[in-house]
Amino acid sequence: MNVLDVENVSASHNGALAISKISFNVREGDLLGIVGPNGAGKTTLFRAILGLQNYHGKIKLFGYEGSQYASLLPMVGYVPQKVSLEPNFPATVYDVVEMGLLPEKKLDRGAKLIQNCGCCWNRIFGESSKNSEKIEKALEIVGLESLRDRRISELSGGEQQRTFIASALVKEPVLLILDEPVTGVDMEVQNKFYSVLRKINKENKITIIWASHDLTAISDHATKVACMNRDLFFHGEKEEFFSNKDLMKTYSESAMQMHMHNHSHEV
Amino acid sequence: MSLDFLTYGFMQRALITGTAAAVCCAMVGLYLVLKRYSLFGDALSHMAFGGIALGYFLNVYPIWTATAVSVSAAMGITKLRKSTKISGDAAIAVMLSSGLGMGVILVSAAHGFTIDLFSFLFGSVLLTNMSDTLSFIGISCGVIVTLLVFRKPLLHFTFDEEQAKINGVPVEKLNYLFIALAAVTVIVTMRLVGILLISALIVLPNITSMVMGKGFKKTMMISISLSVAATVIGIILSYPLNLAPSGSIVMTLVAMYVGTLLAKRAGLFSKKALAQEIS
Repeated sequence: MNVLDVENVSASHNGALAISKISFNVREGDLLGIVGPNGAGKTTLFRAILGLQNYHGKIKLFGYEGSQYASLLPMVGYVPQKVSLEPNFPATVYDVVEMGLLPEKKLDRGAKLIQNCGCCWNRIFGESSKNSEKIEKALEIVGLESLRDRRISELSGGEQQRTFIASALVKEPVLLILDEPVTGVDMEVQNKFYSVLRKINKENKITIIWASHDLTAISDHATKVACMNRDLFFHGEKEEFFSNKDLMKTYSESAMQMHMHNHSHEV
Repeated sequence: MSLDFLTYGFMQRALITGTAAAVCCAMVGLYLVLKRYSLFGDALSHMAFGGIALGYFLNVYPIWTATAVSVSAAMGITKLRKSTKISGDAAIAVMLSSGLGMGVILVSAAHGFTIDLFSFLFGSVLLTNMSDTLSFIGISCGVIVTLLVFRKPLLHFTFDEEQAKINGVPVEKLNYLFIALAAVTVIVTMRLVGILLISALIVLPNITSMVMGKGFKKTMMISISLSVAATVIGIILSYPLNLAPSGSIVMTLVAMYVGTLLAKRAGLFSKKALAQEIS
């Protein structure tokens, strides 16, 4: 069963076409790595899926559109590339993770819709976990237990990013969308994060879409790969992408072109 | 110093009304400050001034016209801001000047009012009568209860509007509800410190408590405590010293802010945080 169907989706960013007629689907349990140079439209695509961006075409969650799509959307965990924080915002790490929690009512409604289309939803934290237990466990997963009472604005970029990952996990997502989630995070935490990613993908069958520039990480951890630069020019098994030299060449050239394009704009 | 004056009815009404307004202001103010809307209260109070002038002009109870004008203006400006994409500070400037402009026109058209305009500009908490006190208590309770009921979605919406939207928080409706609450709070507070000093009560207790480096709940509790303490101290001091209560409330808040900054400089809060971390 497809968790996500993207059909002929086009969208603009700041008046310019950012993605053009993109179509692909994500199956239950996929760990899809999306690669593409800066400005390739990855974030615009994610924002369209999350209902934060106008688009043409069709996007379906578990085959649903419209109000049922909206009912399922809260069960999508999203970690953006960068969150701009008010410097003195008086929210602790615990407060921020707590914001991710969904009321049981919303989870039940979403779970029913998922079951109706023959799919299953596995909770990360177990059926009877209290909200406070979920928060503690999510903090443990990202290794932030000792910083739970610190203000988010006092933390380093990497620690903030881990807090947002915990906030996305605590909602017990059915789909996780991660936009370059480990940018600015040290190697040790990166490795821990990847092992968590694989664990929740394998054990809890959580479908994950993950944008990254790190081809090694994609090759090590993803099960499928999509490659885009405004258009989608590959979507399939990881092995196929990495063994196809022509594709790798096209990706490198496309990345280089985009780099030159951005550079000429800067000049 | 004898505290006999505390037994006077007008003093008790002033303290009760002041406390109610102080709690509302601190709570609404924290969200306003965090959304970078610190001067929104000022703009609303100027609109309310226009509303009060309209009430006197039409011979209607001015609090109701002030509420209607500031709530509808606040909603209108929010819509205008969205549709024309003008910046927040420009939207506030539009509200502020149009409210005052409307008030001045109405005052001049009526060739001045018999009421004391000065009391609306700088507050007149000692003149609060029983019916005002009761309606202010009722309105304040409504604002406080609504803020408590919606505290979690409001915090999420203030912290990260997009994530709140993904989580199914009805962001737009919540925004309108919050703006209406802010407008009502301004009406209640206007009697306490007047149109020109409202921002002080919205901003000062919150930026003072934010300096202390606590989480959201504690920051709000500290802010409410500071706001109530400054209001009570300001009103009590104003009587024997024969000062304007609004001025003494605001200056007490300023003193608290400066004191907290000095304490922070002396390392008071960071030492505590460090000690906590080590233990």
